[in-house]
Amino acid sequence: MTARSWPAWAAALPIAAVTAVPVAVVAASLLAPDAEIWSHLWQHVLPELLVNTFWLVLGVGVGVTLLGVSLAWLTAACEYPGRRFFAWALLLPLALPAYITAFVWLGLFDFTGTVPTWLRETWGVAWHPPIRSRGGVILVMTLALYPYVFLTASAAFRGQGGRMLEAAQTLGLSRVAAFFRVALPIARPGIMAGLLLALMETLADFGTVAVFNYDTFTTAIYKTWFSLFSLQAASQLASILVLFVFVAVLLESQLRARTSFAASPRGEVAMGRIRLTGWRAGLAAGWSALVFAVAFVLPVWQIGVWAADVFARDFDSRYLVFVSRTLLLAALGTALVVAAALLLAYAQRLRPTLAMRAVARLATLGYALPGAVLAVGIFIPVAWLDNRLVEWLAVLGRDGGQVLGGTLLVMLLAYCARFLAVGYGPVDAGLARVSRALDEVAQSLGAVAGRRLLRVHLPLLRAGLLTAAALVFVDIMKELPITLMTRPFGWDTLAVRVFEMTSEGEWQRAALPAAAIVLAGLLPVMLLIRSREHAHA
Amino acid sequence: MLTLEHVAQAYGRQAILRDISFHLEAGQIGCLLGPSGCGKTTALRLVAGFEALQAGRILLGGEAVGVPGVHLPPERRRVGLMFQDYALFPHLDVAANIAFGLGSLERAERRRRVEEMLRLVDLAPVARRYPHQLSGGQQQRVALARALAPRPRLLLLDEAFSNLDVELREKLTLEVRDILKHEGMTALLVTHDQREAFAMADVVGVLHDGVIQQWAAPYDIYHRPRNRFIAGFIGQGVLLPGMLDGDGRVAIELGVLRGVAGDVDRPAREGAVEVLIRPDDIQHDVASPLRAVVEQKIFHGADFIYRLRLPSGSQVLAQVSSHHNHAVGEQIGIRLDVDHVVAFSRQEI
Repeated sequence: MTARSWPAWAAALPIAAVTAVPVAVVAASLLAPDAEIWSHLWQHVLPELLVNTFWLVLGVGVGVTLLGVSLAWLTAACEYPGRRFFAWALLLPLALPAYITAFVWLGLFDFTGTVPTWLRETWGVAWHPPIRSRGGVILVMTLALYPYVFLTASAAFRGQGGRMLEAAQTLGLSRVAAFFRVALPIARPGIMAGLLLALMETLADFGTVAVFNYDTFTTAIYKTWFSLFSLQAASQLASILVLFVFVAVLLESQLRARTSFAASPRGEVAMGRIRLTGWRAGLAAGWSALVFAVAFVLPVWQIGVWAADVFARDFDSRYLVFVSRTLLLAALGTALVVAAALLLAYAQRLRPTLAMRAVARLATLGYALPGAVLAVGIFIPVAWLDNRLVEWLAVLGRDGGQVLGGTLLVMLLAYCARFLAVGYGPVDAGLARVSRALDEVAQSLGAVAGRRLLRVHLPLLRAGLLTAAALVFVDIMKELPITLMTRPFGWDTLAVRVFEMTSEGEWQRAALPAAAIVLAGLLPVMLLIRSREHAHA
Repeated sequence: MLTLEHVAQAYGRQAILRDISFHLEAGQIGCLLGPSGCGKTTALRLVAGFEALQAGRILLGGEAVGVPGVHLPPERRRVGLMFQDYALFPHLDVAANIAFGLGSLERAERRRRVEEMLRLVDLAPVARRYPHQLSGGQQQRVALARALAPRPRLLLLDEAFSNLDVELREKLTLEVRDILKHEGMTALLVTHDQREAFAMADVVGVLHDGVIQQWAAPYDIYHRPRNRFIAGFIGQGVLLPGMLDGDGRVAIELGVLRGVAGDVDRPAREGAVEVLIRPDDIQHDVASPLRAVVEQKIFHGADFIYRLRLPSGSQVLAQVSSHHNHAVGEQIGIRLDVDHVVAFSRQEI
């Protein structure tokens, strides 16, 4: 390392370590399995987890692909009444965390839910849909996660332009045949990228499966840790989950490298929309409206109704404590993540080497890690450090106890690992738009690296930093498993409150904190919708 | 093979094509030439069938494929199309791209046809490559082979050479022309580049204002432009004022020109006219008593284009061998060498 490169490395390496250490810790427990724990897991736990996870991934995968691709094709390539509205409105379910959609559906359709009660009381029909089932989990997760595929597939269809379809038509294909032989194969990498994102979310999900009592790795990690108090077994389970996730990450990065071919050549021509008429238009509008209603309008409406019902009773000082705790945590976490993202991006700019890029890639890998895994992976080394500290303090003749564990530090580090990628994206993109000539001009005028950052880059980066902060803030607000597993005593957030109320089947009382989360969640979705419209203008 | 009769098309209130009629014989290569926004791409898309015709008739091999209210969809017209950006399918290799339109053939027959096309465009060695692995020229030949493979009745080329650099463009224009002639293909090219039009086409239609201004062989378009627009759009040149007398002689500042009588370009009336003078109509002649001052010069390698000011203040262009290197401001001798006279009535202004 030359004299000039050490500051960049000094900034980047600790940030990467926050992600790398938990991964290494969890991976180590895969490489060094404890035979006794392992055989117990294998006999009593793993078979059910594997079967449940398999069906969940398969079902959600098929579901989000069908919904996402069909809606993307309709809104990107066809014209029918309401298309312009649905093109952005179908993204709104992104504002609803799956665990919120999940409890609303249970509250609507379970035996004591709104719909069956109404059926019984009004019509005397004693029937309720089997919502508390594998199919129910799959349905709810599909409705919450299809926007990922919708988003990437829309971009892929739009990016093709209209030429490919026209070329296929001059070669004798009807538009329907051209869709299957040309548009769909060209969009496949984009569709797969969205699908993999949705599947990573599925694997990482904790709240939904917990509400449904549908055991997967994340809930098993939680139960093993907090009911059986076996951190070791929990980390064994986490290591298996990490294995699945890494397969998904690998596939995704492979695909990302290949999506470049789908980018349309210069002279892009907008796709001539297929004008749907008659029953086809009705079917397209009906399908879009149905998905929108079921995935967004219905849950939001139900949350609103419930929240209004309990408002007088629950909107009290305790609720305000949840809100203030949540805001404080989100603000702290956001400050930490954005600062880390800025340092990492700036280190990359100062030292744009392969090694530095690898470090940045490693540091931002945490977005793929399920919160439950990160919680375990960070807690173990912190507990180890604690023990060492206690020993040293004892040597000094002082009384120890927990020093780091059970403090906000663990939680904030876990947030940082999990959401660094979310903050890094906009910051890095913003920095890339600042011409290097400006660096050189500033340097020639005598400004050193730190001064350049303060006087040149920060002012120019304001928009990127704000976007990053908004995205991270809302993500932390919605976050459930890390907060649940690593929070200091008494630090209940809105998400934790939702989880506790839903665990007790108190759907109505979960609605008030859920409403706050949904309102906050709309902000980044609006940002996304606006930036998409900019891109097409 | 292809006939357009009084075709008109408008987007909303804006008329794109007003009245387009022309005819292409089987095996002929035609070209619609015009500045951007003249409606040539709309004409091409009407022939391909991507847009429904509003007025007029389009016939392909005697069959009416486009009449208002009757629209044969593109996939059933058997019209091949080469796009400006080639629109090769990125997920298919070269051979599969070429085979794309051969779905109705049997497997063996299809393979035979693909091999034949690969040989025709000289791409057999790269048959298994993907489009992004090819050079621009190779991509263009794949696009040509793909369009020709299903034996279309007509091939349309939409600015098919404009994505290539100048040298490659010239080479490929000739190559593609040879291939089309070899296959006896009827083709319609659309371009804004007159060099491309002249190199490729047997017959050129200059499109402006939604109307075909002139439909003629390239030579005639250049040398016998029918109106001022074409005179200005094609090639270089200036219009000089002159007087036409009853014997078909035109007096201009540089002398008296003959040969207007009986010429198609002859204005209807005697009197004040304007005469088109091309750079090659003016010869540098040291001995000539006619003098002009060099205002500007552009070096082209083999020759100069001099912008010259005449004593009256009018300006002309002269193409002069590069052996005669004169400085700006110098006076040089010139004389007229006009093969035939193109004159427009001054009232047309």
